[in-house]
Amino acid sequence: MGQKVLLTSKEINIILHRLACQLLENHLDFKDTALIGIQPRGVFLAERLANLLKTDYGVKDIDLGFLDITFFRDDFGRGEILRANMTKMDFLVEDRKVVFIDDVLYTGRSIRAALTAIQSFGRPRGIELLTLIDRRFSRHLPIQPNYRGRQVDAIGDEKVKVMWEANDGEDMVYLISK
Amino acid sequence: MAELSVNHLLGIKYLNKKDITLILETADNFKEVINRSIKKVPTLRDVTIANVFFENSTRTKLSFELAEKRLSADVVNFSAGGSSVKKGETLIDTVNNILSMKVDMVVLRHPNPGAGIFLSKHVKASIINAGDGAHEHPTQALLDSYSIREKLGDVGGKKVLIVGDILHSRVALSNIFALKLQGAEVKVCGPRTLIPKHIESLGVSVETDLQKALQWCDVANMLRVQNERMDISYFPSTREYTQQFGVNKKILDNLDKEIVIMHPGPINRGVEITSEVADSDRSIILHQVENGVAVRMAVLYLLASKIN
Repeated sequence: MGQKVLLTSKEINIILHRLACQLLENHLDFKDTALIGIQPRGVFLAERLANLLKTDYGVKDIDLGFLDITFFRDDFGRGEILRANMTKMDFLVEDRKVVFIDDVLYTGRSIRAALTAIQSFGRPRGIELLTLIDRRFSRHLPIQPNYRGRQVDAIGDEKVKVMWEANDGEDMVYLISK
Repeated sequence: MAELSVNHLLGIKYLNKKDITLILETADNFKEVINRSIKKVPTLRDVTIANVFFENSTRTKLSFELAEKRLSADVVNFSAGGSSVKKGETLIDTVNNILSMKVDMVVLRHPNPGAGIFLSKHVKASIINAGDGAHEHPTQALLDSYSIREKLGDVGGKKVLIVGDILHSRVALSNIFALKLQGAEVKVCGPRTLIPKHIESLGVSVETDLQKALQWCDVANMLRVQNERMDISYFPSTREYTQQFGVNKKILDNLDKEIVIMHPGPINRGVEITSEVADSDRSIILHQVENGVAVRMAVLYLLASKIN
């Protein structure tokens, strides 16, 4: 099993600042916007970006939610059963701009599930997708990110592992091959 | 990764501690779901569930049906009353006929203890016991544990008192198994005639003085006297039962601590518990009912994931 560093801590930091600026460009004061981290791994990225926007870019309030998609997946009963995580949404998304945030965009099926799951919280005016890693050539569905950190060409049995300081002790992205 | 050790829910006796933790933690997720403005998730949209009830039920049947519908399962309801059971059809035949219509899971309530276990050995479907005679009522015990955990933070280490007709109660037996598995202390209290012999062998203690028992506990689960299961007289009169084992506000006010009052329903108001207590802040009876839907969703979800 080989392991290659895709992004170092320094590179991740630069990318986070770029993504924050791109979000800022489109959403300005974030009054009409809700950032939604997709459980479980998108939450770390969403929290980091929300903090960055507040501390470095002077955004005052940001609605940040966490959305669990376990009960909306399309592979129920077809493989191993995953533990659900908490959905935490203290606001409605009715007529607001929503940005889904996830660490890796792979087949697109998680985002498909998230698009269904979000409907329980209202009808957003629009939904965008932000992802740190975009795995090209592996999509099962016609879903593309609006904001991407880095595009990666990884083949089928390779795995992209994103680690976050808050959870794993370091910011790092690895490409793991079997 | 997160799987139950069983393919059916026949009783708490067949579960281990991990199973109970998994069910209660999954129920946390469903509790959040049923408090959304849109309470439905599409998870079980290709699963068909039959609710087969050979005995009367209000709460359990409604609760299961709501849980199934909120998971988007297809639901068929069967009650023995207007069915071919009256014409002499056996349990296995009845259920096999239902299953031949491509039903994946059966929620079964039956007056005979062990009906679910028997059925699970003879039919190809996941069976959930919704009460089998005086034997077990596992989802009730799970929702009771969930409600205690929600109110007091944890079940382990808590002192739980079960009061009333222990002899005829499937709720009592399932609760004893569930509470002991999670490390709670359990005491039963009631007329000697309504406490099974050798119940101490399940690791519970017996107290016949209600005041003493209430003073000991953190939670009191009040059971109904099951007149319909009584072939002989177990106590002189309902009035005397109430005087000795009924909980009223005065008794609770005399305790030097606040305890949580539970009841699995249906309540005989003024017999085992007064209206004043049932409707007070100490009572979590309606929370139990709400939690029942979340817990049953968790059970259905976890068992359905094991259907091939």
